[in-house]
Amino acid sequence: MPEESAVKKRLWTEEFSVQAAEDKYVLRRQFAKFLVLTSFGMLAGNLWIWARSLMGRNKSALPTQEIAKASEIPVGGVKLFNYPGPNDNCILVRPAADRYVAYSQKCTHLSCAVYYSHQDGKLACPCHQGFFSVEDGRVLQGPPPRPLPQVALARKGEQLLATGWVEES
Amino acid sequence: MIRAEIRKRSRTVVDAVIVLIVLVLMIQMWLLTATLESYLAGHAGAALPGVVISAVLAGVAVSLYRFLRRLG
Repeated sequence: MPEESAVKKRLWTEEFSVQAAEDKYVLRRQFAKFLVLTSFGMLAGNLWIWARSLMGRNKSALPTQEIAKASEIPVGGVKLFNYPGPNDNCILVRPAADRYVAYSQKCTHLSCAVYYSHQDGKLACPCHQGFFSVEDGRVLQGPPPRPLPQVALARKGEQLLATGWVEES
Repeated sequence: MIRAEIRKRSRTVVDAVIVLIVLVLMIQMWLLTATLESYLAGHAGAALPGVVISAVLAGVAVSLYRFLRRLG
């Protein structure tokens, strides 16, 4: 009988040959391996940003596009247009008689559409109460982390043209 | 008894190495978010330094992991 139980014990140890402490040790190493793989994931993310920045540099110049006639917008009025692509909403504002400015309409916080409040002289995002200066698009108040991208404008007689993006200083 | 003590100590070293890898990973996460934020703000100049620093940190993480394997 004792011999039989010894055989059973041996069979049991063959089936479950991993010691509890060793098992814990292996799991820690597996966890470390997972962390290292995640570290490579972070590197891949940085590489992706770098690749995107290189592609952006090689992109051809943005198109020049007629967006409105100067006289069709009253002082304090706005006109919505798409630039440079059909899905890129922008807003053209005439804050004063001799001044026109245009910005991307997407709030830099969570991409809600901004609108122009002539009384306040600000571009406002209704979603989270973000406000931008109509003069240069800088953030005045609220959660947006960056200024609104500004569209570079040119005037050809009566016609207002979008010619690209204004570089941030 | 001695083997148990050695195992206990080596487990402490393993824990310390894992903590170091986690620290490296946290720095990489911060770096990635900062680089992305900078890129979205139109400053593409931070992209290359971000890649270089992230690669160095990934190298440190791999070195720590290899040390861990040697320990085993």
